[in-house]
Amino acid sequence: MPNMSPVKTPMPEQEPNVRNKNFEEVALGYTDEMAAEEAKRCLNCKNKPCVSGCPVGVRIPEFIQRVAEGDMEGAYQIIKTTNSLPAVCGRVCPQESQCEQKCVRGIKGEPVGIGRLERYVADWHMKHGAPEEFDVKPNGHKVAVIGAGPAGLTCAGDLAAMGYSVTVYEALHTAGGVLMYGIPQFRLPKEIVQKEIDALKEKGVKIKTDMVMGKVLSVDELFEMGFEAVFIGTGAGLPNFMNIPGEGLIGTYSANEFLTRVNLMKAYLDEYDTPIIRPKNVAVVGGGNVAMDAARTAKRLGAENVYIIYRRAEEQMPARKEEIHHAKEEGIIFKLLCNPIAIHGDDDGRVKAIECVEMELGEPDASGRRRPIAKEGSNFEIPVDSVVMAIGNSPNPLIRSTTEGLEANSHGCIVVDDTTMATTREGVYAAGDAVSGAATVILAMGGGKEAARSIDKYIQSKHSK
Amino acid sequence: MFKIVEKRILNDSMTLMAVEAPYIAKKAKAGQFIILRVNEFGERIPLTVADYDREKGTVTIIYQKVGKTTLMLDQLNEGDAILDFIGPLGKATELEGYKNVAVVGGGAGCAIAYPQAKALHGMGAKVDMIAGFRSKDIIILEEEMKAVSDRLIITTDDGSNGNKGFVTDALRKCIEEGAKYDLVIAIGPLVMMRAICNLTKEYNIKTLISMNPIMIDGTGMCGGCRLTVGGKTKFACVDGPDFDGHEVDFDEAIKRSKTYFDLEKEATREYNCRLMEGAKNA
Repeated sequence: MPNMSPVKTPMPEQEPNVRNKNFEEVALGYTDEMAAEEAKRCLNCKNKPCVSGCPVGVRIPEFIQRVAEGDMEGAYQIIKTTNSLPAVCGRVCPQESQCEQKCVRGIKGEPVGIGRLERYVADWHMKHGAPEEFDVKPNGHKVAVIGAGPAGLTCAGDLAAMGYSVTVYEALHTAGGVLMYGIPQFRLPKEIVQKEIDALKEKGVKIKTDMVMGKVLSVDELFEMGFEAVFIGTGAGLPNFMNIPGEGLIGTYSANEFLTRVNLMKAYLDEYDTPIIRPKNVAVVGGGNVAMDAARTAKRLGAENVYIIYRRAEEQMPARKEEIHHAKEEGIIFKLLCNPIAIHGDDDGRVKAIECVEMELGEPDASGRRRPIAKEGSNFEIPVDSVVMAIGNSPNPLIRSTTEGLEANSHGCIVVDDTTMATTREGVYAAGDAVSGAATVILAMGGGKEAARSIDKYIQSKHSK
Repeated sequence: MFKIVEKRILNDSMTLMAVEAPYIAKKAKAGQFIILRVNEFGERIPLTVADYDREKGTVTIIYQKVGKTTLMLDQLNEGDAILDFIGPLGKATELEGYKNVAVVGGGAGCAIAYPQAKALHGMGAKVDMIAGFRSKDIIILEEEMKAVSDRLIITTDDGSNGNKGFVTDALRKCIEEGAKYDLVIAIGPLVMMRAICNLTKEYNIKTLISMNPIMIDGTGMCGGCRLTVGGKTKFACVDGPDFDGHEVDFDEAIKRSKTYFDLEKEATREYNCRLMEGAKNA
């Protein structure tokens, strides 16, 4: 009998006033009983609308049936056939606009908690699963992957499973990309990312860190070294600033810098040398998931007042509803319909206030959202000692500026064929934020997967000629 | 891990290390830098490439023991390894086409100025090298600098080498005595570079400086190294580290360089105490 409850089985969470002082994970995950109960909400529909909502096509009803039957390992193996990072996706995917949006149960109530179940299965496997055995015959072909983020790791994993010898080159000292430097510990524990990376290494994927490609080795040199194809997944690592006065003041951070200091460089732990300003009052500018991450991180570093400053209304915020909800619960103050026009500093050049102007919404603009217009004379200041700019990132230009024949559009995004992920240069493929501009982990993974398929086709066809 | 193949003490506060990093050695050029991390808990710090040996696959760095990270680095010896060593980063200095150049170095900055002088000398330019130190006993690379310059002037703040004064005084004297420089390269502390730039502005001589701000990744990702150059925001790691010194907002850069001043001082003090404890117990 299916469980006909109209709402998802709730997932336990740390209390807001406890968790906003620590870096432990916010959502605690389902128990076995909760997972079984939620799995029974799935109707196992014949046409599986949820699967079409998943960028990597996870066989959702199949794995949920296994959970309902108590076969967790079986469920894991089903997920693993299409998703190489389930513990990550179960935590950070925007399920509400993907698989869960298409769920039939969502018509008259809440959809099945697909993300929560995926997380449960992946966590179960990490705890209880047998070590995976790989019995893939090497096919003798070498592929290089640039960037060890979600796109690169997915591409590498899929190619390794087909028998390719894959080397991943990463610029930072740790693999994982945005999963390591960007998304905070309390949303995605780094131990989990590390386990997924270790699993890839066991599949034979070689990961070379400290390699800034485009500088230390060029794409041309990779071909000379015997790689038959190159995948570029270099992400959107170039922070945008507003170009308002005061962005050079001490205490003004890009979200990338602020989050990297805390996540990758572990500034929140005493044993690490990484310095960070621990502000009392912080303004985070922006309305996306990164802004929520930065605000909640600032709160955990001990800030008393953390403001999110966003120029439109809450309905237009690009952040996930769940992240906005969590941020509010943790005491983040939302200053909506406000736009910063200057940051003011003291004589030592340290931030002391942010000056904003109130906004109202006018006619819809090119993005379909109502355009915010400044209300004249509505200027006001908020006293802060730190400002974090979380207004988006552009693709990092290092690779495209050092690779001949690689076309990019006016935003700096690498141009690819939508279906094959082939760039304008033969044998070179790209996906993820380097192609789309800042987007989601799962879209990057979907692109990496597509590219792996195309790379396989490309190399096989070259050799069958 | 990156093995240290040579460690040479230059003076009380400055040390040279040659590090095995064949990929970087193959590509490095004068003006570029590397980022290193001594151990898992350490900071990532940028250091200019002082030299490289493409055949041996080594990259030479020169560091001044000023804070915890450099003190920690200094605990390592030949045969030990540095955890992370990343580069070559930044743009190489553009030296083509100059015929008469003054290369000015201040203190540890001489270690970075020297390869520039060497490259220019090798390209056939006339090179005057002006090197400033606090006092005589911390002069480094004197023979090396002499070998690559037409004229080497060493000044000391305290006059202990018999030539008291600042590098600005020496440069002004050279210019007023008729040296017709088509380029001045100034590398050293920010206040020194600012003073040189103020001077060369008077004479309208193009001046290149090398910036070394706080940074993390060195690939343009964090934006922490941003400077205002000609009214525009630039990232030292990818747009530099060399900039037209007459365009740089030094006041802002000097303030930003003090971002973590108190935290650094405290970390260094603590680390020094621990080193002393260790020495006592040894």
